[in-house]
Amino acid sequence: MRKIRMTRLAAVACASVLALAATACGTSSGGDSEGKAASKDQGGFTAPDVPMADAIGDPEGQVNILAWPGYAEDGSTDKTIDWVTPFEKESGCQANVKYFGTSDEAVQLMKTGEYDVVSASGDATLRLIASGDVAPVNTDLLKNYADIAPFLKDQKFNSVDGQMYGVPHGWGANLLMWDKAAVSPAPTSWGAVFEGSSDYAGKVTAYDSPIYIADAALYLMKTQPDLGIEDPYALDDDQLAAAVDLLKNQRKNVSEYWSDYLKEVAAFKSGDSVIGTTWQVIASTIGDSVEAILPEEGSTGWSDTWMISSKAKNPNCGYLWMDYITSPKAQAAVAEYFGEAPANTKACDLTTDTSFCDTYHATDADFAAQIHYWTTPIEQCLDGRTDVKCTDYGDWTTAWTEIKG
Amino acid sequence: MLWLGVAYLGALAALLITSLWMQNDFTGNIERVWTTENFQTLFTVDVYRTITLRTIGIAALVTLIDAVIAFPIALYMAKVASPRAQRLLVIAVLMPLWASYLVKAYAWRGMFSSNGPIAWVVEPFGLHSPGYGLFATTVTLAYLWLPYMILPVFAGLERVPDSLFEASADLGAGSWMTLRRVVLPMAFPAFVAGSIFTFSLTMGDYIAVKIVGGTTQMLGNVVYDNQGAANNLPFAAAVATIPIVVMLGYLAAARRTGALEQL
Repeated sequence: MRKIRMTRLAAVACASVLALAATACGTSSGGDSEGKAASKDQGGFTAPDVPMADAIGDPEGQVNILAWPGYAEDGSTDKTIDWVTPFEKESGCQANVKYFGTSDEAVQLMKTGEYDVVSASGDATLRLIASGDVAPVNTDLLKNYADIAPFLKDQKFNSVDGQMYGVPHGWGANLLMWDKAAVSPAPTSWGAVFEGSSDYAGKVTAYDSPIYIADAALYLMKTQPDLGIEDPYALDDDQLAAAVDLLKNQRKNVSEYWSDYLKEVAAFKSGDSVIGTTWQVIASTIGDSVEAILPEEGSTGWSDTWMISSKAKNPNCGYLWMDYITSPKAQAAVAEYFGEAPANTKACDLTTDTSFCDTYHATDADFAAQIHYWTTPIEQCLDGRTDVKCTDYGDWTTAWTEIKG
Repeated sequence: MLWLGVAYLGALAALLITSLWMQNDFTGNIERVWTTENFQTLFTVDVYRTITLRTIGIAALVTLIDAVIAFPIALYMAKVASPRAQRLLVIAVLMPLWASYLVKAYAWRGMFSSNGPIAWVVEPFGLHSPGYGLFATTVTLAYLWLPYMILPVFAGLERVPDSLFEASADLGAGSWMTLRRVVLPMAFPAFVAGSIFTFSLTMGDYIAVKIVGGTTQMLGNVVYDNQGAANNLPFAAAVATIPIVVMLGYLAAARRTGALEQL
């Protein structure tokens, strides 16, 4: 009797394990032979064959938006900052917004299939396309697509084989911010948070993501030409090791890393951090006690794309949102609030600060080319080297854990 | 009972199976190929050993601090206080458990802030707040788990008959001697029972260390970073087996002391 019951128990346990294993672990990677092939410097993957919408149907009544902080403000942060409510009235789609802190978080959340649209940066876009989590976007359905700056269309990070997988939103640079009362003279170089960080021991902050390694690589690219870094996202083993060393030295002076932008706001307000990397939106939130600049080495930055989930439950509202958020009026509001260049250049006529687009070089393709946009590092070197293997994002993730120690 | 076993052990088994799979670094999708790569990384990359030892160290230190603080409080509650005071004290010990974990952790974040109360108290002596880091993490966790140590020790001490104190005094032992030779040995299983709580709760914690730990990482953070951020579920599962193995070892050791009967 006892033996029979044990066997039965084992059978039930095994069955439940298998059931859990089958459902809990997401989709298996699909290498569909009919998909579009990415070029070699995109990693050479084959994009899974995901169907594209051919018309916008009736709105579903709601849309689940996954966005960078500050991209979908509904007036809850500041009553005057609100471009979500007009969208809801206009389209009849209630917008449910979730903010994320890092690109890794965005990729992870998109895999759940609970979000319809996402504002993905260049270090997330290709991963989302390759894993089949986002669908190609039919740009003919978007009225405002024609007004998007041409240098943002059909780029390596938002299209595969001539097919757009999203609509460009805006772009900008990661800035160096400091507390004016605690830091003088005013720094002009990223060196202030690397070699010079000991001046502010225990008060330095940095972005808590493996992609921050590129900031160190960019600094080394300008200050140590011997290393031969051409692209901060294409690092061989030696170059990665040099960047890791720089960051390990920086860590001794770091008070804490931030990924939640409110955490950085709080840390600067309380004086626990006085210098570190930031976004314009954070500096604007804190106010006059801090200053943020683009240092002389240039900077890493982002170029964001609104993408639609392949598992979207509200695709029609998703398309309506993508069209709305790239309209001149919404673009002007987001760009000015967040502090980035709008993708839709018609927005430049609608900003409250008339010189806004000049300040952010919104129409300046040459300037845009100088920012090193977040890109997913892959084994094939993005700078075109073929004699070495580059380190991929997995290596960067491990390195980042090692840096934090 | 059967379903509890299936749900509980099934989840653990699923975790173990996942840890033997691998992840495509680029797309983040799980590839169901059997591999021990995750465990190899875990054992060969130094940083994971450092983090494991640090986590065990913090857990041991938190347990020790809680035991030292809990003993006099529990002894007073069990043997000195009047029944009325005893009831009030039990409520007082339980009260912090009513407040949210996050509120308490953020309260300590305020304490350790560079212009917080600790800085204010030590500044006249030319010192600074220790800031966020290992020290702040240990203090915060010790504070959070203190009630879990006091209650079992209190229960254990209450079971020590008063007559033993008298007998000990009659035989000429001073209060120190009585504490050391009579009370402590009898209360030891209660300490072990309490330490199971403080130790296991610390082993799995990752929130307090995020709030007051500065740049410090514990095992929970590695699991969180790999699952929550990088979506590398197989590696996160491999890391998560470490606390399980450590706790199994700890429980086996605790069983030998007979403390598990006290729970």
